[in-house]
Amino acid sequence: MKIGVVTFPGSNCDADARHGATITGNEAVQLWHKDTSLPAGLDAIILPGGFSYGDYLRTGAIARFSPIMNEVIRFANDGGIVFGICNGFQILCESGLLPGGLIRNEKLSFVCKDVNLRVENATTAFTRAVKPGAILRIPVAHGDGRFTAPQEMIDRIEANGQVLFRYVSNTGDVTADANPNGSMNNIAGIINERGNVMGMMPHPERACEPLLGSADGTSVFASLALHLEQHNHLQYTE
Amino acid sequence: MKTYTASITVTLRRAILDVQGKAVENALHSLHMPALGNVRIGKHIELDVQAPDRESANDLVMDACKKLLSNPVMEDFSIHLEEKSAGVPA
Repeated sequence: MKIGVVTFPGSNCDADARHGATITGNEAVQLWHKDTSLPAGLDAIILPGGFSYGDYLRTGAIARFSPIMNEVIRFANDGGIVFGICNGFQILCESGLLPGGLIRNEKLSFVCKDVNLRVENATTAFTRAVKPGAILRIPVAHGDGRFTAPQEMIDRIEANGQVLFRYVSNTGDVTADANPNGSMNNIAGIINERGNVMGMMPHPERACEPLLGSADGTSVFASLALHLEQHNHLQYTE
Repeated sequence: MKTYTASITVTLRRAILDVQGKAVENALHSLHMPALGNVRIGKHIELDVQAPDRESANDLVMDACKKLLSNPVMEDFSIHLEEKSAGVPA
């Protein structure tokens, strides 16, 4: 499957995201922030981590208006798979493709460490290769990762099963200590109502090689590969 | 056309915990200023607007605030407009 990874000025996880996509059997292509069209036959788009436009004004606020984002939004509205990691998640919230927003960490400091993520919904395009309730060990690295939304929006996201990942303790419990940034309800990753756009603060692409401490992140990319394969198979046989 | 200077203040919505404001408030209290509270940290943005009148200048700035300068999901903004008087160097 062909997965495009957008490089914005200040992206720094784009190469790792392409690696995560390729080791799970996909073809990864680089997309440029100034591009005004997408390559033919693209199956999914990843907005990678980094500090696009220096995080000026708000994280993701300026990248959201990059020329390529018109295409990304159109692709998502047509049902295409879009996956934002860290800064990519912030850009998706700014663009309105995902609900809520990400603001300064509760403790005000940049956090860079491994966290435990409990998989809350294993039926999606991004988690179908994972067992429900599985706990993934994946690193976070951000200063603005506190997921925030008006209470009624949080209630709706929870009721719809849109929370994909939650920060938990070693024993799998949702605790304040396990929450690295003060996110509401320990939310680490969410999906849109339609199920084709996902954003998460932790970095699965940095946990794709056992040599680097964890390969748990591959399950997200493998889910994506599995979903795209089945989806395309359905399209071809219909 | 007239030129207006807009002063825009963007702050987190009241319902959202402003951790910077809280940290500054704690620092003020440790400086023995217990009478100071409810500290909110925000952003101050200044820009010039070319518009035929105050109302259309306000509309332009309002649009900019909604689209880019603030995120309405979690921030509030206020706008203060002042006309630049002719003959006074900018």
